Amino acid sequence: MEILIAVLIGVLFSVATYLLLTKSLLRVVLGTVLLSHGAHLLILTMGGLGLGSAPLLGEEASKYSDPLPQALILTAIVISFGMTALLLVLTYRTYKAHQTDDLDQLRGRLDE
Amino acid sequence: MSNLLVIPFLLPMLVGAVLIFFAKQHRLQRIIAGTAGIALFVYAAFLVYIVYQTKEKMIILEVGNWDAPFGIVLVGDMLSVLMVLMSSLVGLVCLFYAFKTIHSEREKYYFYSFFFFLLTGVNGAFLTGDLFNLFVFFEVTLISSYVLIANGGKKIQLRESFKYVVMNMVASAFFLVGAAYLYATTGTLNMADLGNRVATMDQQGVLNVIAIIFLFVFGAKGALFPLYFWLPKSYYGPPAVITALFGALLTKVGLYSLIRTFTLIFNQQPQFTHSIILLLAGLTMIFGVFGALSKFDIKQIIIYQIISQVGFMIMGLGVFSTSALAGSVYYITHDMIVKVALFFIVGIIIRVTGTGDIRKMSGLLKTHPMLGWLFFIAAMSLVGIPPLSGFFGKFALVVGGLDQGQYLIVAVALIVSLLNLFSMLRIFMNVFWGEKNSTTVALTNKQTFPLLRPVIPLIVLTIALGLGAEPAFQYVIGAAEQLMNPEHYINVILP
Repeated sequence: MEILIAVLIGVLFSVATYLLLTKSLLRVVLGTVLLSHGAHLLILTMGGLGLGSAPLLGEEASKYSDPLPQALILTAIVISFGMTALLLVLTYRTYKAHQTDDLDQLRGRLDE
Repeated sequence: MSNLLVIPFLLPMLVGAVLIFFAKQHRLQRIIAGTAGIALFVYAAFLVYIVYQTKEKMIILEVGNWDAPFGIVLVGDMLSVLMVLMSSLVGLVCLFYAFKTIHSEREKYYFYSFFFFLLTGVNGAFLTGDLFNLFVFFEVTLISSYVLIANGGKKIQLRESFKYVVMNMVASAFFLVGAAYLYATTGTLNMADLGNRVATMDQQGVLNVIAIIFLFVFGAKGALFPLYFWLPKSYYGPPAVITALFGALLTKVGLYSLIRTFTLIFNQQPQFTHSIILLLAGLTMIFGVFGALSKFDIKQIIIYQIISQVGFMIMGLGVFSTSALAGSVYYITHDMIVKVALFFIVGIIIRVTGTGDIRKMSGLLKTHPMLGWLFFIAAMSLVGIPPLSGFFGKFALVVGGLDQGQYLIVAVALIVSLLNLFSMLRIFMNVFWGEKNSTTVALTNKQTFPLLRPVIPLIVLTIALGLGAEPAFQYVIGAAEQLMNPEHYINVILP
């Protein structure tokens, strides 16, 4: 199962990299979203996927999932959610101000 | 155990939240912000005194009374409280400069709130002893910086802040990746516990990979050589006070984290990791100063000087000896003071002449002597001319480098210093010397005095830090000894 998830993380990272390198503003935003998804999934996998068991069942539990990675990604998801919202607004404002979403045209000079 | 460590980030967070409610009332907002800035600075000075008085020279707080490796710990050792003191000082002077310069439209859109949220993140990042908590405070800092850098909504600001945000989000994702790998290899995220377990593990290959991931993350945030490309343009857009704040604080948070992790956790194979850092330090210095020499815009020159100075600051980490690290810590302290002073002065120069191009300015020394000499002192301190603070930082770095036989980096540092001198003198000669040209003077000499008021304490401080280098060095050598002997740090947290 860990192997499968690891492959999935790899796919997410490669798609994210592809999107980050495209010219359209919105695709870059989607790239960052997928990148953080990949990172979150990685944290979960790195804690070991204890399938079908609850995080905490008292001290005598025979098997349990590691609760710490779950707490970590919960925090990280909230943060990346806020960041994405802000980035989307910024993207929209940039598009409105420059009338283009092509990053080649947004390369820009300083003396304008 | 001491609750003292919570205040440096709790106070700015509460003040920032309160200020949201008074966003439209300028006077009240300034009174609250000014009082809080002063209080924070006084408190930070008190904290340094407290830490210096204790026997272990550090205080810790186990938050929520959870024992150390399980809960989050806050750690105030000599380096982190010094950094908190400096960031509070930078915050204080930036506030008073902002009162005079910031446009009321920006004030209305929560400038002061996010200013304090930024300080929350910065102080928290300095004080935390948990890797994931460091990530969270990084994000607090970054999201406030995104708002501040785009605040005002000029075309160039929007365009460049988009790139800044994307760059930082990628770096943050890799921070998570690094944290995940570390957790998988060691089973902990408490920095002291990490340092402890890493020392007893024989998985050097994996740890080196993780070390390089963290080098990438902190290098991107601290503007190291191949990763500084986002910095010059994105710092150019916002007003001088925000650039000063970012130049003094944001890169330093990255560098502080780099120093912390590479002395505490990734200290097992310095011949691999620290020689990469040394190489990057040299390249950062060189490329930064070349950037500064290639520009004619005064703000751009100083922004490239940020990059060049970053090289000096991590040189001590790359050399990895007590005296070199002491030089690094001293240099970071000095750089925070001087960089803010320079950005303030540059902001005033641009206001006075109405242009940023040094080829179009001339003869300001005749009309604005005060401005000219303050700039001269700050510039000489940046370059490292003897009685000023920059000299002693570079001196310690060079001596530390020679002791360890790193002759190449010492040579690079000295040559880059000469080029720095050239680039600063080029500004001074173009802007202040020569005949007065026809550009209209927007502010008379008298009118610049209120703007110069926040600069003067900084200039006094860089002179004082230079003349009082002896006691200052006693402190930073103490901090460097703590960094070089992480066992002490680990023992205090995990008794």
